[in-house]
Amino acid sequence: MTAVAQSVDHDPKTGLWSWITTVDHKRIGLLYAVTAFAFFLIAGIEALLIRAQLAGPDGTVLSAEAYNQLFTMHGLTMVFLVVMPIASAFINYLLPLMLGARDVAFPRLNAFSYWLFLFAGLMIYSSFLFGGAPDGAWVGYSPLAGQLTETVRMDFWAVGLQLLGVASIASSVNFIATVFTMRAPGMTMLRMPVFVWMALVIAFLLLFSLPAVGIGLFQLFLDRNFGAVFYEAAAGADPLLWQHLFWIFGHPEVYVLVLPAMGIVSEILPVFSRKPLFGYEFVVFSGAAIGFIGFGVWSHHMFTSGMGPVAEAGFAVSTMIIAVPTGVKIFNWIGTTWGGRLRMATPMLFSLGFIAQFVIGGLSGVTHAIVPTDYQQHDTYYVVAHFHYVLFGGAIFGYVAGVYYWFPKWTGRMLDERLGKIHFWLMVLGFNLTFAPMHILGLNGMPRRTYRYPEGLGYEFWNGMATIGAFIIALSFVFFIINLVRARRHGGVAGDDPWDGRTLEWATPSPPPEHNFDEVPLVRSLDDFWHTKYAEDEEGRAVRVPAVTGAATDADTEAGDDHEAIHMPSPSYYPALASLGLVVFGYGMIYLNWGWIAVGVGAIVALWGLFGWSLEPVTKGDDH
Amino acid sequence: MTTDTVLDALPPEHGEEHDVHHIRKTAMWVFLGSECIFFGSMISTFLLYRTTTGDGPGAELFNVPFTSASSFVLLMSSLTMVLAHHAFERHDTRQGRVWLSATALLGATFLAGQIFEFTEFVHSGLTLSTSPFGSSFYMLTGFHGAHVAIGVMMLTAMAILSTSGRLHHGRGLNVELVGLYWHFVDIVWIVIFTVVYLLQV
Ligand SMILES: [Cu+2]
Repeated sequence: MTAVAQSVDHDPKTGLWSWITTVDHKRIGLLYAVTAFAFFLIAGIEALLIRAQLAGPDGTVLSAEAYNQLFTMHGLTMVFLVVMPIASAFINYLLPLMLGARDVAFPRLNAFSYWLFLFAGLMIYSSFLFGGAPDGAWVGYSPLAGQLTETVRMDFWAVGLQLLGVASIASSVNFIATVFTMRAPGMTMLRMPVFVWMALVIAFLLLFSLPAVGIGLFQLFLDRNFGAVFYEAAAGADPLLWQHLFWIFGHPEVYVLVLPAMGIVSEILPVFSRKPLFGYEFVVFSGAAIGFIGFGVWSHHMFTSGMGPVAEAGFAVSTMIIAVPTGVKIFNWIGTTWGGRLRMATPMLFSLGFIAQFVIGGLSGVTHAIVPTDYQQHDTYYVVAHFHYVLFGGAIFGYVAGVYYWFPKWTGRMLDERLGKIHFWLMVLGFNLTFAPMHILGLNGMPRRTYRYPEGLGYEFWNGMATIGAFIIALSFVFFIINLVRARRHGGVAGDDPWDGRTLEWATPSPPPEHNFDEVPLVRSLDDFWHTKYAEDEEGRAVRVPAVTGAATDADTEAGDDHEAIHMPSPSYYPALASLGLVVFGYGMIYLNWGWIAVGVGAIVALWGLFGWSLEPVTKGDDH
Repeated sequence: MTTDTVLDALPPEHGEEHDVHHIRKTAMWVFLGSECIFFGSMISTFLLYRTTTGDGPGAELFNVPFTSASSFVLLMSSLTMVLAHHAFERHDTRQGRVWLSATALLGATFLAGQIFEFTEFVHSGLTLSTSPFGSSFYMLTGFHGAHVAIGVMMLTAMAILSTSGRLHHGRGLNVELVGLYWHFVDIVWIVIFTVVYLLQV
């Protein structure tokens, strides 16, 4: 085993260049996490500015123009640059570990996805320097988005989202191939952790939904820059086409944002209840069912667009149906905690917060399924309240739970429990104070996306409360950042398995070595790692098995590998180069008058990266 | 046999091999699934707008015999692709290179036909801006053409690589994967040809 450890140590592992060229799924996962957190802080500042503007009637903090840019960028950032990449961070880091694999199927493609995401995100934000950020809402409805042509703001949006979509499709292909082909021996599909299942479902969701919005974005871009008339009503076109293409993507997208968080919670609850997940198969298949039905509900976003009663009734029914598998999951989570020996550590608190708040958001979502009710709620703050309960009270709580849970694995250090609990309670308070009042505001008729409201409509009090709440959320994250920074240096040493975990990542050191497992584990059951630690007595209670140091060291894992060195894929700068080329190409497309130079340079750089990448050997010294 | 030792490090599961080529093929199939939605969205748009011609020309512009001929050329390129694949399976690099080049040439011929056709249509007054019909026609066939062009580039690159013996299964760029892609692009053309050219007449 010492031979193993030495053989993988031939590359320098520190310095900027090692991060740029890394193809290690764990390092890429950390890059995703840090980048997403940085964008999260930016989106949070945008939200605070929005709330400051709306704190009282006739707000004067922001102009209408600035407000339009900020709410557009807040939505776009949270969806594409925060929640999707933070999900990607968890999946990158954990998927191979949980499957007992040494990396994802395509390590360099993985690096390409990250760099393209980063560069495209920076590109969208660079629009602030070039005359202003996108200001047509993150949904970019036509004909509005086609008509805001005095600036290139919406071109940044169209090109930026397109590139982010390419990055996501590449990771989806990668994750699906990893799950289908890289599982450790004995890791059957129904022995995979729920988190891996949810990662698989969202990979398919992205794979089949992103191309639809991609086409929509191309059409819009052609309309804006090349005189096409896809959304030009005067030429006989139907601008509603945009809404269809967008929401065929957009609804599966909301599951993309929340299913990984559901997977995280499904991993945390059993560990902190010291019970297996209640109804594993139900959780898995309800997740898959959500994936399928998720493609048949998109028009519930369009009830007020005049589709006619048949379509409206159909989509109303399908939307109510999709609530069923979600409800199944909720009952399974409650069943998991039922009768368990609960440990109320911070990851558990955030998971329980997730369940409670997600239920509220889910229920207000079902009210949108009822068409006449939806007519009243459409484009009001009630909708804003709903999706923040699902995406912040749900998804973000789930991801924060995941950070508290896996931070010890990533860094070898524990986060502080006391600071964690302060973070949790402040965040619960701030979150509910911000978004619960928006239900009332919405039902009282306050429209979304308006930069100010006049006095005397009864909006003042609850808007004031929401603004106070938003600043409490910000405060809670100050505690989170202090905790993260402190723990990095001074946190308690975690050890391999600080939470008494159930899944394979806890069988590795914290942080895991580059090759993850010295010996590939052999999996015999669901929660295999747990069963190497505990047996059952006659009454079915868990009894500690004395001193076996983990599943990975089982005697009957494959022999004959002991003396063979494990070659990990070599670092490569081609993925970063190819993605840089694509983004330069994108800039050129936006400023086509002179940008044809950038188009040419970008295309050459991208092709250089792609060809270099496809021709270089995966591992050094193996070109034969 | 394969060069990717990350995967070699995994033991065979139930007697079947975890080999890198199998993994790449899985990924290619998955990617092509995504491409189906990509083309499906454009075909849907075209179907929505196929009669929305405004004052401009519509389907009467199509020269079905001409496009049938270029479709036939593209179909034949699938045949030569299969022959190239078989040749490389037999380790007959020389013949494989001939068939690869033939495939690239047939693809390029198809593209030339498309450029000719586009020029004709523009002269007859159908541009991207004429009508939603024009917009969706050029976008759909244009993106398909771009796929063919990328395929021709990969075929050419492989033909050149094979002269120095640097073309083998261990690489991301290999005959079987590009073959899958190429057949897919051909099949998509059959759908486009049917929906756009034949159903209009
Ligand atoms: Cu929806």
